[in-house]
Amino acid sequence: MFFSQLGFYSLIIGLIFSIILFPVAYRDLSIVNNAISSNIFSILSLKLFFVFLSFICLIISFINSDFSNETVYNNSHTTKPLFYKISGTWGNHEGSLLLCLLILVFFIFIFLITSRKEPKKYRIITLLFQEIIIIGFFLFLLITSNPFNHLFPIPQEGLGLNPILQDPILAIHPPILYLGYIGSSIILSSSIAAIIQNNVNNYWAKNLKNWVIISWIFLTIGIVLGSIWAYYELGWGGFWFWDPVENISLMPWLCLTALVHSILVLEKKSLFETWTLVLCISSFTLSMCGTFLVRSGILNSVHTFAHDPSRGIFILIFLFLLILISLIIFFFFHKEKKIKQKNFLFSKETSILLNNWFMMYFLSVVLIGTVYPIFLEVITNEKISVGPPFYNKLLIPFLIPFLFLMSIGPNMKWIRQNVKLLNVKLILLFLLSIFLSYLILIKTELNTLFGSVLIIFSIYLFFVTIRDFFIKNQINFSQKISHFGFSLLILSIIMNGIFSREIITNIKVGEKYEFNNGTIYFEDINTSKKKNYISIVGIFRIKENNNNEIYLEPELRIFNQPIVVTSEADIKTNFITDKFLVMNLVKGNDYYNIKYQTKPFMIWIWLSAILMCVGASINFFKRKQNEE
Amino acid sequence: MYGKKVKLRILFISLLLISVILSIFLILKSLEENVVYFFSPTEVKSLTEIKNKKIRIGGMVKDNSIVIESENITFVITDFKNEINVSYEGSVPNLFEEGKGVVAEGFLKDNNFLIAEKILAKHDENYMPPEVKEALEGK
Repeated sequence: MFFSQLGFYSLIIGLIFSIILFPVAYRDLSIVNNAISSNIFSILSLKLFFVFLSFICLIISFINSDFSNETVYNNSHTTKPLFYKISGTWGNHEGSLLLCLLILVFFIFIFLITSRKEPKKYRIITLLFQEIIIIGFFLFLLITSNPFNHLFPIPQEGLGLNPILQDPILAIHPPILYLGYIGSSIILSSSIAAIIQNNVNNYWAKNLKNWVIISWIFLTIGIVLGSIWAYYELGWGGFWFWDPVENISLMPWLCLTALVHSILVLEKKSLFETWTLVLCISSFTLSMCGTFLVRSGILNSVHTFAHDPSRGIFILIFLFLLILISLIIFFFFHKEKKIKQKNFLFSKETSILLNNWFMMYFLSVVLIGTVYPIFLEVITNEKISVGPPFYNKLLIPFLIPFLFLMSIGPNMKWIRQNVKLLNVKLILLFLLSIFLSYLILIKTELNTLFGSVLIIFSIYLFFVTIRDFFIKNQINFSQKISHFGFSLLILSIIMNGIFSREIITNIKVGEKYEFNNGTIYFEDINTSKKKNYISIVGIFRIKENNNNEIYLEPELRIFNQPIVVTSEADIKTNFITDKFLVMNLVKGNDYYNIKYQTKPFMIWIWLSAILMCVGASINFFKRKQNEE
Repeated sequence: MYGKKVKLRILFISLLLISVILSIFLILKSLEENVVYFFSPTEVKSLTEIKNKKIRIGGMVKDNSIVIESENITFVITDFKNEINVSYEGSVPNLFEEGKGVVAEGFLKDNNFLIAEKILAKHDENYMPPEVKEALEGK
């Protein structure tokens, strides 16, 4: 009760500080000195404090199960374990927006502290533009989704958190993803400021790159966490389903990945200014579009917490205004500098640009596949869905030149590469890749041309990235790791795709099921009562023809509030393959529906994505060291 | 007439344009081939020809209609006006239950019978696919 009030009022105080900041910052602009006035810093720190206080208040309300608060009532329950009471704070629409706001306020504070060496006007304009976004979020929170709404009479018990969200990985997935999304807002604001100040140059790029890398790392980890969660919790048994909600996180990721590379060219060679700016603006736009599509209830998913049209309209208008302002500034203020340098066809920058375009192509495929069904429904009222075949068909052929460019590009020189057509070692590597792919292909029924060629090139890229570790060249260590991570990722995805096997059957306790490579025995079932759910554990023995025997114990959880059944897959992981068993219950039947999968190289998919992040982090910390 | 640089730039821009147009064409073309349309049981009944194309049908699982055998599950999807029989081999989502909403994806055999390849998961008890909701409310 008290904390709800406190949280609400500190939010309003935070908004007031945001508004006060405008005249203060404006006055500071006209003062000619190089330091930002300390008033601005005190206002920012106070605002950070109040938003943080408000967030803490919401957490306390959740811990206390204070059902006079509507958000708590809708998403919590007294029998929920403490950990999920806390994580439930951002497991709902209102709370997650408050977390977003907190990160926004925190990031601009960090930005001002770390950008002391940069021009004052540039910093203040970045701050002001960021403040516009922050005020937008404040208004959105207070008007359409106040987390501190009061309920009277006070309910005795809450409605509970959706049980599939009660999971340790899902507790940290949203904050990390938001760090990535919100990081891109700093990228937007500072590129707007740089356009206005006309200082889009290599110095600016060098400083902004830190933010790009940070956002990229968090976004990548966030996506990986979501993917791991979907793997074991949703029981689909895979890592990517081309589900619209997955796609909308992939789009800003592709954009940021392109940006990481193009900003490197801007930093080193002062090229691609306009292109980099376009990417800066689009990555935040895509992040916001994602929020809009998910939160407006247009896309249906776990992320859709409530269907409230007013929220969708608010985000839509806000988004539209932001894009409009950015574009106006971009078109009217941005002056392209005359490029004095000559461009050659064979150079590092050309290969980066080409790969940027490929990424834009991938981005547009994903965008169209996600948005087209929505438009079609609005226009013709026909309902359609776009599945994996669409993406496979359009992405696989174009991955081939993409991988090839990636294997030759990094070793090229800036400006001009002398073309040596015959590098014996590389050709030998290529022949070796063809041979290996042949060995792989004869073991499978894969017979598509593009698929086979893709395997060759992914193996080739894998070899080349490994070779880069052992030869002295101009590629820095962090990039080697990231690129190696990426080649490993692609390779594991392909291997996983072609060697995965699954068996689905309905089975009763005590029965056995024989399949090609072995037998599944359904030995027993154990039922026990846990704090807020009933657990049913099935005990399965799987005997393979080579006499390997494993036990798998998938679980069904029947939650009490709300009454929901979730299945927890049991997965035996080793470095070569995952064995995955999930069972489902059909009410009123003795049969259990089970799915047994062998998924090779599953763990390498997660590890290689993490490896990419490790490479990026090394890069980040090295840059920090060099600055000091 | 023009300098070499201008010519190069024109070539470059036209190449770019062509590739953009080509890729858009490609995307739209394969969209056409790979989309899955959604129908309610009533709409399926009124189909005049059965194409060999994947579709989705949404509605409620009819009471007492689920029959499970070791390989196969059959059930009836209804929108309380018309019914479609579904035969399915595969894994079912947790909330697949009689009297609950469901979406089945697969190929039509005739106007009454769907061979399903996928049954779509629902995420929680209260959630009903919007298609089902609309189909039940009768558009």
